[in-house]
This record gives sequence, C-alpha cells and structure tokens, in this order.
Amino acid sequence: MAEDHKIETDEISGTRTTGHEWDGIKELDTPMPRWWLTVFYACIVWAVGYCIAYPAWPLISSYTTGVLGYSSRAEVIETVAEHKAGQAQFRDRIAAASMEEIRAEQDLFEFALASGASAYAVNCSTCHGAGAAGGNGYPNLNDDAWIWGGTIDDIHYTITHGIRNDTDEARVSEMPAFGELEILDDAQIESVTQFVLSLSGSPHDATLAGDGAVLYEENCAACHGEQGEGYPELGAPNLADQIWLFGGTPEAIAAQIHKPRQGVMPAWGPKLDEATIKELAVYVHALGGGQ
Amino acid sequence: MADGIVIPDPRDGAGKAGRAPEPLPDPDDDDYPPLYRSRQKIFPKAVSGFFRRLKWQIMGVTLAVYYLTPWIRWDRGDGAPDQAVLIDLANRRFYFFWIEIWPQEFYYVAGLLIMAGIGLFLVTSAVGRAWCGYFCPQTVWTDLFMFVERRIEGDRNAQIRLDKAPWTPRKVWLRTLKHATWLGIAFATGGAWIFYFADAPSLFVDFWTGQAAGVAYATVAILTFTTYTLGGLMREQVCTYMCPWPRIQGAMLDENSLIVTYNDWRGEPRSKHRKKAAASGEKVGDCIDCMACVNVCPVGIDIRKGQQLECITCALCIDACDAMMEKVDLPKGLISYSTLHDYELGVAGRGDERPTVWKRIFRPRTLIYAGAWAAIGLFMLLSLTVRDRIDVNVIHDRNPVFVTLSDGSIRNGYTVKILNMVNEPRTFQIRVEDLPGAHLAFAGGEAVSGISSGEDLDGPFLRVEVDPDRLRSVRIVVTMPREALEAERTEFTWVAFEEHWEYGFRPETSRAEGAFFAPEGTGE
Repeated sequence: MAEDHKIETDEISGTRTTGHEWDGIKELDTPMPRWWLTVFYACIVWAVGYCIAYPAWPLISSYTTGVLGYSSRAEVIETVAEHKAGQAQFRDRIAAASMEEIRAEQDLFEFALASGASAYAVNCSTCHGAGAAGGNGYPNLNDDAWIWGGTIDDIHYTITHGIRNDTDEARVSEMPAFGELEILDDAQIESVTQFVLSLSGSPHDATLAGDGAVLYEENCAACHGEQGEGYPELGAPNLADQIWLFGGTPEAIAAQIHKPRQGVMPAWGPKLDEATIKELAVYVHALGGGQ
Repeated sequence: MADGIVIPDPRDGAGKAGRAPEPLPDPDDDDYPPLYRSRQKIFPKAVSGFFRRLKWQIMGVTLAVYYLTPWIRWDRGDGAPDQAVLIDLANRRFYFFWIEIWPQEFYYVAGLLIMAGIGLFLVTSAVGRAWCGYFCPQTVWTDLFMFVERRIEGDRNAQIRLDKAPWTPRKVWLRTLKHATWLGIAFATGGAWIFYFADAPSLFVDFWTGQAAGVAYATVAILTFTTYTLGGLMREQVCTYMCPWPRIQGAMLDENSLIVTYNDWRGEPRSKHRKKAAASGEKVGDCIDCMACVNVCPVGIDIRKGQQLECITCALCIDACDAMMEKVDLPKGLISYSTLHDYELGVAGRGDERPTVWKRIFRPRTLIYAGAWAAIGLFMLLSLTVRDRIDVNVIHDRNPVFVTLSDGSIRNGYTVKILNMVNEPRTFQIRVEDLPGAHLAFAGGEAVSGISSGEDLDGPFLRVEVDPDRLRSVRIVVTMPREALEAERTEFTWVAFEEHWEYGFRPETSRAEGAFFAPEGTGE
C-alpha cells in the first residue's frame, strides 16, 4: 500500500525519493538519462509526423488518409500491375507463337513451364491432383497413356474444349452400357472381362477369355482396336497397357462394361486466356509423358 | 578509469547517521550528482618522432587502399564486371581479382574471417594492440580528423584557448570550417564505400547526376553520419566504451606481449625540479613530470599510471617522452614498448638481460597462431586453385514419387540444376552411375535449344549447354524396366562433367546422390 511520506534524500544514492513507500520500500525519483528522454521526445515528434503523413486514425466509416496518400491496397494493385507488365513481353509472345515455337525457345519455354505450373495449381489440381498424378477416374497426366492423344496440340485442344461438356467443340465419346442395356448378359461380361485382362498380359482365366475374344471382336474392337490398342481420335482407351483409369481389377473392368463411368472435363477456352492455355499445355506436356 | 573522472560519493556527505539532516539537493544545483556524464575534452598535442612517422605512413597506405581499391580494373571478358574487387549483391557474386565467389562458396569468406580473427590474436600476442594503435579504421580516421583540427584551430594550447573563448566571429568561422571539413571527409568516406558494390566509374557518374539507386544515397548518408560522429565527435569514447576488442585484449596479452610501458623503476620518484631536488639529497627518478606524455595522448590518459584499458598503444607518448629525454640529456626509453617480463627485469635491475625483439616475437604461442593462420590460408588457396567451377544439384520429384508407364516400366522425375561458374558457355554431360538399364530423357522433349541426348560405350547421357556464369535447371526423367528394379528404393549417383575441357588432367566434374523409387512390393 502506497502511503504518502515526505520527500527525502536517499542515503545510498543521494537521489530524492518520490514520497511513495510500499512496506518500507521507498521509490527513488531517479530522472531519466538525457539520451533516453531525447529518444522519447523524438518518438513523439515522429508519431505526430507519422499521423499527418500516413493513414492513422479510424473514423466512423473511414479513416484519416494522411497527406502522402499512401495505401497498402493501392500498393498491392500497383505491384501486381507491375508484375503483369513485366510478364507481358513473354505472355504476348506466347499468345502469338505456335506450340512448337514456344517449346523451341528457352526463355519462352521456361516462362511457360513456371507460369503453367501455377495456372495448373489453381485450375487443374482439384481433379488431377497437385502432382498431376490423377486418381481413380481422373487421368494421371504424368504417364504416357493419353486417351485423347498426347501430342502438345492434342493436349492444347483438350484443355481448350474439354471433354463431354456442353460446348460444341468438346471431345465426346460414349461407350454403351452393355450390361444395363442388356446387350451382354453377366456371363458374357465376365468372359469379355477375362479377355480384356489377357490383352495386357494380366492374370486371367484362359478358357473364359477364349469365349470373350469373339464377344470382344463383335462389340468392342471397333473402338478399342483388335488388340485393344485404343483409338485416341475416338477417345477409346488403350486396353493393352498397364494403366487403368477406373481400376484394373476384374470387378472394376466388369463394372465399366456393365455401365461405364464417363469423365467430364470443362472447356477452359472460355475461362482462361490463350497464353495461359498454351502455358498449361506446355506444362502438362513436359510432365514427362508428352508425345 | 581515465584521469579526472570523479563520481561524488554521497556517503561522504549527506545523510550519515547522527548528523543533522541536510537540505534536499536541488537538481539544478551544480553539486547534484550527474545524470549524464559529458565527454572529457581532450586536446592532444602534436608530436613528432619515429612512431608518429610510422602512423602517418600507415595512415597513407590504409586510406589509399580504401579509396583506390574499387577503381582497380580487372579484365574478365564479356559479360562479367571488370572491377578487381566487387561485391555484386544484385547478381550475388563476389569478385576479388582472379577469384569469383558464388553465394554457396561463402565458406571462403568465413575462412577469411577466421583468418582475420587468428591474425588479430597473432598480432596481439606478438606486438600488443598494434591493430588499435595503427590500423583500426577508428584510429586512422580519428587521426585524420585530429590532423584537420590542428591545421584549422592550431595545436593543443590554441585549441584550449579557442574552446574557452566566447563565440567571436573568428571562433564561429574556425568551428564551421572544421566541421565542414570533417563532414567533407566523412562524405568522401561514405562515398567510397558504395563503389565496392557497383561498377565504380559508372556509379560515380550516376551518383552525381542523380541516377544512382536510392540505397546508394542512403548508404552514403548513413556512413557520412557515422564517420563524422565516430571520428569527429566520439573518438576515443568508441574505443573505451563501445568496442569489445579492448576487453578481449585483456585475455590475449601475456607477459611477453609488447605494451606501451612507463618504466617507473627508472622514472620515480618524479620531480619537476630534478636538479634542485637532487642537490638537496632527495632521491630522484628520471621523470621530469613535464606532462608531455599526457598532453599528446589521443585517449586522454596518463600512461604513468600503468597499463590501462583506454590505451590503444599508439606510442605517441614514447615519441613525446624520448624528445624530452633528449632535451634534458637523459637516456631515452623512459616510456617504451616493453613486455611485462622486460619491465620485471628492469625493476630487478637486470635490464641488460632483455630478450631480443626476435626472441620475443618467435615463441611457441605466436608460432602456433602463425601456423594456424598460415594453414587456413594455404588450405583456402589450394582449394581455390583446384576447385571445380561446376556444381550440380538434383531434387527428386515429390509428387508423384514415381509414375507407372503403359508398358509397366517405372519412371522417376528429377529437377537437375547445373551451375556453370566460369564466364564462358560450356557443355556438360549428365550421366547416372550404378543404375544399369536406366533410360534418360528430358521431360518435355528436346525441342528447347541447348539440350540433346546421346549414347556411347559408357551408356546413355544427356547434354546440356549452360550460359556463361549461369545456372540452368532442367527436368530429367529416368525410366527403368520393372524387372531391372530390385527394391522399392535404388540408390545411384548423378555425374555431370564438362564435355570438352582444355586444362588439367580430367574434366571438371560434380556428383550428386540420387535415389530411384518404385511401387510397393518391387523386387519381392
């Protein structure tokens, strides 16, 4: 409890006390060092100047803007515009160049790769995954299996127009639901399944596969090819390779024959500008599987 | 503590038990204990002699090195700066004559700092605080500022008179002139500093035409301020209060280190009236108490009180005392560079047994320091001459870790960064070792300029052209047939080397560890 005492001089330090005392402990009135006071006053002066120059005081619906007119929001807009202007030389060239020209010039190629990677992260990774490794029903973009073709122009077209969407130029293919439409019965589907497994050298039942070969020839070969090599123009996947979009187990294959799942990809042409789409095509093509 | 600092002790006065209480001290009173101690003014007298000459010479050399170094040209060919010493922050390169250091080779700079540290130990154990007294920028610039001060205001006595004089127009003029000259020197000092960080001639033009970067002007402004403040206003206070080195010296000095010593066994008892005192039968020493040593001291101490923290061993008091001893016909060396050992011999009256200078300097401690210093230097020099100017760094793709291809083979992706650290374009071959059956390819094909692939008896390789003094990053995919893989993780080595080399017995080569990942269950 502070009690008022009279101001006295401390014996040890020779400094005056403030007159406050707590349980016998007296408070010295040691003045501030001169340098400390100087800095303190300088800070006050600085603060006043700062309040005049920069946004400082909140008002009811706005704030004091300061005479310098500084705004961090405006600064961000300016910085973004600056970066866009800095990228313009590349993006203008990319928009005008052919895909082959972009890939041949080191600076354009490297810019497209970097820019494509960030555009991919924003627009594509939701379905195809951050590393473009895809998932069940979503194609892995790293491998060399391309349902709709793996040249850079094919990829560019697929990104621009998408697959099985409402636009006119979209890539469209439709596999009949052989089971649901009762074109094939369950036993036949099982036979075809075993034959399809045999195309890629996977473990299969040779007897059933023999039966399935005829059914395959009649129902599937038109799109998927005699040897299951696929037909990219029609979007018919290769059945002879080790890559299965909807799974490579007998059950998954049979389910796909019974009632196929068919993936949809939006058309990015109306959403992204030409340069970005080209950058995306370069990036996806350079993931390692591009043809 | 320096002479003359007296802190009033209140226990001597107010408040003693049993005394009548004294009136409260008034803060405005002159007796009130100081809250802030102002600097004791020091007016060092001009002196001449051996050490003064030495100091002038060293000042000339060090200032010349500082101001002229950025202007030395060094031809490195096109595309590289032709400045001998340049810290290129924008491009992250350090150039020192024929040496170019990249940021990842910063350990050379660390080595230099270690050498500087050991060098200070060496110098201190051999010749005491020679760094403080002769080479330290604080000493050199303070000396320069004092020189200016004497040319404008006159020597010690004139300075004291001027300091006490009222503000006449003459005093105003002299003080203005002095501070303006100091500021001019400070500006030149800060101005020279920025030339180490950019091409000096073009920066000089840019600077004076207002075209230089803002940071250049800010740097000059800050260094002008610090030079003026530290060299002109604070001076010995920097050494006494701010610098850690005097504290470290205490641990570095030993009985064989040279320090500026007042040989009190010879000088005491001192007397202003030696002859008179001697005639009256008193015992007299050689010190004539002329205060010459005190008057010339730039840090304002009395060396006769013994070795002190403040002493920077500039030895000007030796010059001053020797000159006096000569005048009064006494042997020189009353104040001398002596070791503690010498001093003890002197006290014992065995001054003749002082070891020679060589014996003092060549002793185990200094030899060990010198050995360590030279070993680090030689090691760095050797490593600089044989270092390869290529570096390769490889990062394995994180996502996906591996890719299964349509034929069942496994592919891994890597980002490979190749540094070409010389100023000419070079072509490097990239290969893998300990990974038989591997197929190498550039992800995205070989349409980009400067990359190609090939194969020879040693196996497949990729070829990458890298621009002069640049890093090139390429993405490489390695494909392995499934049956060639024996484990989920296979370790191998990346090798990058110069395809055509002109000098040396082998191409410049860099290796990096690599790992190839395969699906779970591979090799089982």
